[in-house]
Amino acid sequence: MRTQCKPSQFIANSMQKVPASGIRKFFDLVSDSEDVITLGVGEPDYVTPWHIREACIHSIEHGETSYTSNYGLLELREELSKHYTRRHNVYYEPETEILVTTGVSEGLDLAIRAIVNPGDEVIVVQPSYVAYVPSIIFAGGVPVTLGARPENDFKITADEIKASITNKTKAVIINYPNNPTGATMDRSDLEAIADVIVEHDILMISDEVYERLTYEGTHTCFSSLEGMRDRTILLNGFSKAYAMTGFRMAYALAPKEIIDAMMLIHQYTMLCAPITAQVGAIEALRNGEEEVEKMAREYNRRRKLIVSGLNNIGLDCFNPRGAFYAFPSISSTGLSADEFAERLLTEYKVVTIPGNIFGDTGEGFLRCAYAASREDIKEALERIGNFVDGL
Amino acid sequence: MDEQTRNILDILDDDARTSPEEIATLTGMTADEVSRKIEQLEKAKIIRKYKTIIDWDLAGDHYVYAIIQLKISLERKLGYQAIAERLYKFPEVRSVRLLSGEHDIAMTVRGNSMKQVAFFVAEKIATQEQVQSTSTHFVLKTYKEDGLILDEPEQVKKLVVSP
Repeated sequence: MRTQCKPSQFIANSMQKVPASGIRKFFDLVSDSEDVITLGVGEPDYVTPWHIREACIHSIEHGETSYTSNYGLLELREELSKHYTRRHNVYYEPETEILVTTGVSEGLDLAIRAIVNPGDEVIVVQPSYVAYVPSIIFAGGVPVTLGARPENDFKITADEIKASITNKTKAVIINYPNNPTGATMDRSDLEAIADVIVEHDILMISDEVYERLTYEGTHTCFSSLEGMRDRTILLNGFSKAYAMTGFRMAYALAPKEIIDAMMLIHQYTMLCAPITAQVGAIEALRNGEEEVEKMAREYNRRRKLIVSGLNNIGLDCFNPRGAFYAFPSISSTGLSADEFAERLLTEYKVVTIPGNIFGDTGEGFLRCAYAASREDIKEALERIGNFVDGL
Repeated sequence: MDEQTRNILDILDDDARTSPEEIATLTGMTADEVSRKIEQLEKAKIIRKYKTIIDWDLAGDHYVYAIIQLKISLERKLGYQAIAERLYKFPEVRSVRLLSGEHDIAMTVRGNSMKQVAFFVAEKIATQEQVQSTSTHFVLKTYKEDGLILDEPEQVKKLVVSP
């Protein structure tokens, strides 16, 4: 008889360093509940605009079902190049400096794997998206987390980044407009960081997927800053701006040498992004502007609704200038973020995400996504109010 | 158009019953400012009327609608305005539009039966001196009215929690 095995014995050691996403727990808690209102989703509540879906359907009907270039359809890369020249005055060569990826998540993984040697440090500004730290660990790098402070409206400063840099630092990852705080950065904030990047001869990975959802001030694309184009891997995608989350459509913009390295991984793992989604992306760039602005205007109204509502309840909420998240402090209640979110869900059936999931400085805060209908936001605020009153 | 005006018009276009207090919350203005702005927009006739879209079929009143296309022969000194005025004064006529292309005017007519609409067109419209010809199309089903889809809306299933 052959000897038995424990499947766990085959799992790589590096996996033990990666905690499961804290969001998973809430997903399980909520799955069998009825009458639940969710402010827990990091995606638009809109359906993808019809003209984009229609373009995809049309392409399928006409047999566009093949692989594309590993880089993605040239037509799409040309549109992206024009888009960045027009919006941000920074030029990327469509043939060599643009890589179409399956979601920003893939772009992030490629970017990190392309630059990280074992033991290299990558600074992750937090609170931020949950995938950054695991991606660095998967690549054999060392994540160095750096907490943006609530007193500074969750903006990171050049001095704070500078203090975390060692001779092993390879890159910094930032994400503004920010998930989960809604914080944005002014041009002057980014200029100061650019100086540090040059001074220490390192790279910036800038995740700008919420770029189009900037409600106050204007978004500054990091690579458009003087001298930053060759020191930036810019990640962006269609999910948030065009309500296309399920299409998994994104791209990376970087100097040719870096795109070449990312391409090595991409061609052997993903081969190419799905063609139908790429067709949708072309349509989105060509004819999607009006819808983007319309959705952004509505998010902006909901932003005002939820921020004033949370402040009225007594949950101090700073003014989020971008993305679609409000990030109120719940420290006045004496509960931890985890306790607050779990009790709010089980007792009042409102899903929110505890801020500590996104990094240590998120403790004492709650991520409330306002990519939900106004009716849902109002009902959620009512329930949160009742919950806080009863504490 | 300034941003606040656009906001107010957007919100009212979607739901005319939104209160000034709620608009104030959504825009960051005060309720008084909103009320004043709406008053100005009404005075300037930018806001023309607050209307309700009713599904009369469901209510039990089975109106019949027809789209009537007209060819017009213009007389000296009388432009399209003159014929349009004659037409829109009939309460049966729900809309009148001047068109480019083969026909000159399209209008929507509402009646209680096909016969009533047909007779109305034959007696009151076709007999107008400037009306050269009429072409009547009865509406069988309305799928979308003034931006509102009347079928069941799309249901989108999304996760309740996502990063």
